[in-house]
Amino acid sequence: MKPLHDLAPGDELPALELPPVTRAQLALFAGASGDHNPIHIDIDFARAAGQPDVFAHGMLVMAELGRLLTAHVPIEALRAFSTRFAAVTRVHDRLTCRGTVVAVETVDGERRARFDLSVTDQAGEVKLVGGATVALSSI
Amino acid sequence: MIDRALIGLEMEPFTVTAEAGRLRFFARAIGETNPVFVDEAAARAAGHPGLPLPPTFLFSMELDGPEPFAFFHRLGIDFARLLHGEQSFTHHRTAHAGETLTFTARVADIYDKKGGALEFVVRETKVTDAAGAAVADLTTVLVIRNG
Repeated sequence: MKPLHDLAPGDELPALELPPVTRAQLALFAGASGDHNPIHIDIDFARAAGQPDVFAHGMLVMAELGRLLTAHVPIEALRAFSTRFAAVTRVHDRLTCRGTVVAVETVDGERRARFDLSVTDQAGEVKLVGGATVALSSI
Repeated sequence: MIDRALIGLEMEPFTVTAEAGRLRFFARAIGETNPVFVDEAAARAAGHPGLPLPPTFLFSMELDGPEPFAFFHRLGIDFARLLHGEQSFTHHRTAHAGETLTFTARVADIYDKKGGALEFVVRETKVTDAAGAAVADLTTVLVIRNG
């Protein structure tokens, strides 16, 4: 990938392909994230709620998408990060995170790149769409 | 239906300290291997005073208040019908392990779609540091399925 300060609209971050979602990962993330909602870790609760199985925390998928950013951008350059959760991520799903520069602009005297972000599964279903703003001039 | 009179409600502010061990646990759970987030020496070499908080971790700190689910209980939200609709973070600066941050949440909006089958709660949270300076702003959109 070219240096961050040379980023231009249309440039893509190298896609981040994740291993299949496991129940163990959901349990670890429940503890690490503090989100103990049983629908993500207790299949009995999930079934009673009408779900076929436990499913991933949206914030787990967003945090993994965050790795797409931290792999290429210093954390101190991250100005904004937002997502909309479009579909539930299930156990065994294989996710791919992607990011594309959509604008490079000057805001508050700072050069910034805006990214469109997405997470899709093995069938191409969009799980999450979002955006991020990264400062380029401080890099 | 959630009482619309709760729009504008401010929750009691609370403080949480970011702990380095918790940051390492979080990094492991999400597969983050960038040493800046797990190794103090690497963080310092990159110019940080300690381990920096990774993206989204402030959401977890907000769940670490004295009553983690007070917000949901106050609004009468049932976990079995709850979905996370949207989440955004605006960062004013990077926060680090060891910092004590104050979280102040308010109910910014409550609305419904599809004749009440879906209700939406918008929560806005300001995160400030020990000096009262802004660190970040979080917006959470929760979806409650009434169908």
